[in-house]
Amino acid sequence: MITAVRQEGMLLIDFIEALLNPHIPFLRYAFMVGLLASVAFGVIGSYVVVRRISYIAGAISHCVLGGIGVGLYLQKGVGWAWVDPLYGAVIAALAAAVIIGFVSIHASQREDTVIGALWAVGMAIGLLFIAKTPGYTDPMSYLFGNILLVSQNDLRLVAGLDILIIGAGCLFYQRFLAVCFDEEYARIRGINATAYYLGLLCLTAITVVLLVRIVGIVMVVALLTLPAAIAGHFARVLWQMMLAASLLCAVFISSGLAISYTYDMPSGPVIIVIAGTVYLAVLLTRWVFR
Amino acid sequence: MIPVVEIENLYFSYNGISVLKDVNLSIDQKDSTCVVGPNGGGKSTLIKIILGLLEPTRGTVRLLGGTPDEKRNRVGYVPQYSNFDPLFPVTVMDVTLMGRLAAQNGVRFGFSYSKSDKEAALHALEEMELLQLAGRKFSELSGGQRQRVLIARALVSASEILILDEPTANIDAHVEGSLFEIMLELNKRMAIILVTHDLGFTSQFFESVICVNQVVHVHPTSEISGELIQDLYGEDIKMIRHDHRCAAGGHVAD
Repeated sequence: MITAVRQEGMLLIDFIEALLNPHIPFLRYAFMVGLLASVAFGVIGSYVVVRRISYIAGAISHCVLGGIGVGLYLQKGVGWAWVDPLYGAVIAALAAAVIIGFVSIHASQREDTVIGALWAVGMAIGLLFIAKTPGYTDPMSYLFGNILLVSQNDLRLVAGLDILIIGAGCLFYQRFLAVCFDEEYARIRGINATAYYLGLLCLTAITVVLLVRIVGIVMVVALLTLPAAIAGHFARVLWQMMLAASLLCAVFISSGLAISYTYDMPSGPVIIVIAGTVYLAVLLTRWVFR
Repeated sequence: MIPVVEIENLYFSYNGISVLKDVNLSIDQKDSTCVVGPNGGGKSTLIKIILGLLEPTRGTVRLLGGTPDEKRNRVGYVPQYSNFDPLFPVTVMDVTLMGRLAAQNGVRFGFSYSKSDKEAALHALEEMELLQLAGRKFSELSGGQRQRVLIARALVSASEILILDEPTANIDAHVEGSLFEIMLELNKRMAIILVTHDLGFTSQFFESVICVNQVVHVHPTSEISGELIQDLYGEDIKMIRHDHRCAAGGHVAD
């Protein structure tokens, strides 16, 4: 037992040393991106969970691959060096949010079919553009995350988007709360509920992009919903849920990065397995002690 | 005296299917009106049109002398509480304050409401005898308590009309009784429109009944008879309430 504690202590010290090591900047960037993104994930993830739009968030995040593919193609195929695949990701995510939002408002029937189709088509477009991009690009990095790709430029982009998301999430807190709780009533109170719903989807879209580099587009929605779902079991009000979800998200990402670095495992899956295990443990405990 | 709701020659169809035909009705101030009819007969549609959530295909709706879009801010609306997510993290006070969103006194941004909003919310909670539950989580309340929270939320912004959608669904008989008392009290200062599929409920309290099954008929409660019920619901009535008593002579419309 003591040895185990000592080993874990060594693990933590090793990880902190690695974080401070100037020769491996990507780890430091990934760690900082993770901490910054956690706040946005906690805030927006809570809205997504209480409004029950995880499925829509999933569709948006998969469509992001389309934007990444086009971005890569423009950067390397057409030669526009200033284009970053993440710019494409942001644009694709916003476009997907607006299209899927309109579909979910207007297609009263077969909403899931249309959203499922957009989900797949978005990914297909991305893979086609990646295939036609000169040089070798591994789609796996984008699908499942690769912290080796995190750069200082990403850190700046993530910090900027983070401020935007948290600012909007807090400024419109009461209105988003009302629209999520009872959309029809919010509309009667003179709130443009459709606009707030689309706004929420757009914020979700941008949030998803923040962690594409670290956990990848396939798994990112789990990190959006699991911390919020865990927090929802204990929170009395929505802002407490957001705060707790942000903290949990930060813990999952940092512990996941530490374990993946120490044992040389891909960071995204480790983070998701930790989040999923804690979620299941909470559900089980609640079920046993009900 | 301006009627609180006035509908003339109103038609509504959805995807080419006629839902409401040639509706004409008028509800006066401090009236108590019950809207009854079978499921799918157009009750909810009628309410949504009055609230301006749906546009009529043809005809006019006047709400408090204006259009529904202009005036619905002054209407208190109590939806069916069974529509709510039982896990939603929100307190009784939070829910009540939603009645003050975008009210006459400007737009609310950020986390906090103004002092006057909070006072109005506390006042409404006090009237519903819920003051001591203000900080409790909405999902921890009983069905009857939640119903009263939703009425409090409606009251913080309404002064002239209160519309309740199926408030008797899923609540106990004794809660139903206290709901009556609340409505009797509120009816002294505002018009009440209540939607229900439970006809036995109607004649105990309401002055008039609006029967909605594509077409709309308005009756004083005293006219409710077996024949009328059959017209409205067709031959297949399976459930009849036996505890239903009419006051001697019934109620009489003005």
